[in-house]
Amino acid sequence: MSKEAIIKTQNLTKSFGAFTAVDKISFEAMPGEIFGFLGANGAGKTTAMKMLSGLLKPSSGTASVVGFDVFKQSEMIKKNIGYMSQKFSLYDDLTVEENIAFFGGIYGLRGDVLKLAQMELLERLQLMDQSKKLVASLPLGWKQKLSFSVAMIHKPRLVFLDEPTGGVDPITRRQFWEMIYEAAENGVTIFVTTHYMDEAEYCSRVSIMVDGKIAAMDTPRALKEQFGAKNMDEVFYTLARGAKRGE
Amino acid sequence: MKTFLAFVLKEFQHVWRDKRSLFILIAMPVMLMFIFGFALSNEVKNSNIAILCPKPDEEVLSLIEKIDQSKYFTINKMMHNPNEIENYFKQNKGKMVIVFENDFADKLQHDKLANVQLIGDATDPNTATTMIGYAQGIIADYQKSLLGETNLPYAIQVETRMLYNPQLLSAYNFVPGVMALILTLLGTMMTSVSIVKEKEFGSMELLLVSPVKPIMVIFSKALPYALLCFIDVLIILLMARYVLDMPIRGNIFLLLAMSVLFIFTTLSLGLLISNSVDQQQVAMFISLVGLMMPSLIFSGFMFPIENMPKPMQIISNIVPTKWYFEILKSVMVKGLGFSYIWKHTLILVGMTAFFTLVAVRKFKIRLS
Amino acid sequence: MIGIVIKKEFRQIFRNPNILRMMMVMPIIQLIIIPFAADYEIKNIDLAIVNQDNSSYSQRLVQKLVAGNYFQLVEASTDYRTAQESIEKGHADLIITIPHDFEKNIIKENKATISISADAVNGVKAGLGNLYANQIIGQFNAEIREELLVMPRHNEIVNIQTFAQNRYNPHNDYHLFMVPGILALLVTMVGALISTLNIVSEKEKGTIEQINVTPLKKYQFIIGKLTPFWILGMISITIGFIISYVVFGIVSLGGYLSIYLYSGLYLLAVLGIGLLLSTFVDTQQQATLFSFFLMMNFVLLSGLYTAVESMPGWARFLSDLLPPSHFIKVIRSIFIKGSSVVDILPEFGIMAIFAVVLNGLAVMNYRKRA
Repeated sequence: MSKEAIIKTQNLTKSFGAFTAVDKISFEAMPGEIFGFLGANGAGKTTAMKMLSGLLKPSSGTASVVGFDVFKQSEMIKKNIGYMSQKFSLYDDLTVEENIAFFGGIYGLRGDVLKLAQMELLERLQLMDQSKKLVASLPLGWKQKLSFSVAMIHKPRLVFLDEPTGGVDPITRRQFWEMIYEAAENGVTIFVTTHYMDEAEYCSRVSIMVDGKIAAMDTPRALKEQFGAKNMDEVFYTLARGAKRGE
Repeated sequence: MKTFLAFVLKEFQHVWRDKRSLFILIAMPVMLMFIFGFALSNEVKNSNIAILCPKPDEEVLSLIEKIDQSKYFTINKMMHNPNEIENYFKQNKGKMVIVFENDFADKLQHDKLANVQLIGDATDPNTATTMIGYAQGIIADYQKSLLGETNLPYAIQVETRMLYNPQLLSAYNFVPGVMALILTLLGTMMTSVSIVKEKEFGSMELLLVSPVKPIMVIFSKALPYALLCFIDVLIILLMARYVLDMPIRGNIFLLLAMSVLFIFTTLSLGLLISNSVDQQQVAMFISLVGLMMPSLIFSGFMFPIENMPKPMQIISNIVPTKWYFEILKSVMVKGLGFSYIWKHTLILVGMTAFFTLVAVRKFKIRLS
Repeated sequence: MIGIVIKKEFRQIFRNPNILRMMMVMPIIQLIIIPFAADYEIKNIDLAIVNQDNSSYSQRLVQKLVAGNYFQLVEASTDYRTAQESIEKGHADLIITIPHDFEKNIIKENKATISISADAVNGVKAGLGNLYANQIIGQFNAEIREELLVMPRHNEIVNIQTFAQNRYNPHNDYHLFMVPGILALLVTMVGALISTLNIVSEKEKGTIEQINVTPLKKYQFIIGKLTPFWILGMISITIGFIISYVVFGIVSLGGYLSIYLYSGLYLLAVLGIGLLLSTFVDTQQQATLFSFFLMMNFVLLSGLYTAVESMPGWARFLSDLLPPSHFIKVIRSIFIKGSSVVDILPEFGIMAIFAVVLNGLAVMNYRKRA
């Protein structure tokens, strides 16, 4: 594993007409890091994430993700990252197995490699006996876990999680974070946006966006010290109170 | 009641927010009226034809010129060889070939009798028949002009009056037709799809646990579309009157009342569909693919119902569009009063009641 | 890569028997039933006769009018008002009035007048009814003239005889005209709608976003999506051909190779329409509305019922811009006239252009990257 940054941005900006959604953000995320990306609705989180995952072309600045340039090599980036969005995004009308086969296939997994990855995944999630069930019939918590595992099926070095635990019960959330930790320990960088401030505490580093800019960025502990706050909740409110953009 | 109004308001906001749909809902009748009011017609005008004339001399040429000058035909090919006919038709260059016999002029002069063959492309039988009829008319006129002044003895003249539509404008048939078709599909489609959508996304449950009666929830969803359909009726009538210059002869309030009744018929049909299916795609398929052609065909708008075989005539009776279309024609074009359409009205009321009843029953079964 | 998408699509299609059934069964039923109803051969025109002249001539004329295939006598009276009422009620389409002294006028004055009143709300019917009535009256006129004129045919009258021939469809069989056209339209409706809805529903559910962050290229995604529908489309066309033969006894005079080639190309264009539409809209509801608008134009401007020839220039141009107009024209020329690929080569070119332009626009419009 190289010690080089997995994500590296410099003055990355995206404007839509006169509106600057993301305003000159610069940061680095290292291998194995759980990088928390916080911000109120409309602060520019989703736009930033879309740029980094190759979905949206930046207006200016530079950024490299898993060693590729976001301007020119978005297709290469897509091959090497995983992505899971808040909207549950596996196919409801396909079985667990068929979903794995489809997404695995898209990431270039074939034949025995695909079979092996599938077995591993099902075993880890203890979904072996449910593999022929339609995804629609699974409880939401399992769907989310399955969704995360599918996003990791091609063993990417970086995974984007867009509010992954929305609407999930506390126990499942806990299990979900255990999966995240496990992945991070294996050297995968996790880039996660969330609304839950207790989740922010689990991150190795947190960046808080306000009005398109990064207002603060450090470890949760350092942030709490800096703002003299008891928990991340307070840190967030202190920063977000000054926001000009509403929802 | 207050909560019910709140629901209605919410539905209106939904519809209002979707500007793109709103735009189509308003723009569609306008565009369709323009296109069909001016484009659709069953008259043959400037139709391409060919002439096969091995030896075109003056006599023939003057007849050919007469044909070419008529508003019905444009000659786009002069042939010299019968072999060309087949290709002319097969390549869709035109729909009729007029064949003059070899020594047409000679024969006409000496034998006083010459032959012309009219070959129509009867792929479309009516157009072919009509074109042949027009050509015969032109030739008969020409023949008369050769006779000069002489009047035939014992002549029976025919005087024709085209009632209600003296200029034979197609709009008189197409305006009611397009209006009936738009209302049928819009009402059914929009209601069924919007309700099934809530089902598909699970937000239906949310609405059903509210203090409002479930059936009211459903009605509140249909209401904005009822209003939009009514706006479309007004647009169509205004355009018919002022753009297409079509007089509205009957009582305008009767016309509007009937339209409201029919809107409720389509909404109730939409309700029925939405309570029978679970997926938007299925709802859409039923209300678009399932309704479009049958409403078009069985309404009598394109094809006269009395021309159909008996079983088809019977089928046409269960198509609501047919009854509305007949009401529209009677009131709008012929200017007739309620006494002529009470039977139709009763049938539409019956259909609406039937659809609603079945829909409500299905809905209740689903809930329990 | 494309294979993986195709496999997934097929799985989803077969998982949802409702939609599959709808896609196959509904058009089949319509194709079987509608041609029986869509008969435009106007024969049974309901006739009301007002005979105010109780003479042998008027009797003969009435008999002649009723004897043919065209008219069906629904009322005979001596009062025009009663006849007019039956038009208002929709019982009669045409009134023929034979006035008082009809016979006397012919013989004494050399001239008599018959009046025809037609319910012209349906212009076609009125026009044809009038045409038929004129023909019959003309024949009757010729008959009595020959009887009354003592001398044999006077030779100084020149005569141009016309012979009509209805080529390709000598019995004016309306099924022959309608079946291929209806088949074409049904295939178009189903093809365009299903491909639009399929993609829009992925948009609505959000799965398309997931696809967008994968390395799957957009052309791969689109080809993978369209291929299954193309195959299903070809199957339904085949079923349509079988129905045409079994139910209506219609076979393609121009053989099946050329029609299959053209259909394949046409389906590409139709799926392109669906694809393009899906890039414009966000919800299935919008998709339905847009397709409804398109379908109305397809049905009414494509020449299925009303001849494109009789439209004004701008409408003909509009009609030419719609792929179904071309398909209907081509399927009719191949089936009924037996046109060969060479005969309709330009049409192949036009459809190829449609397919390329529509799909090209759709791919350009379908953005994986804004």
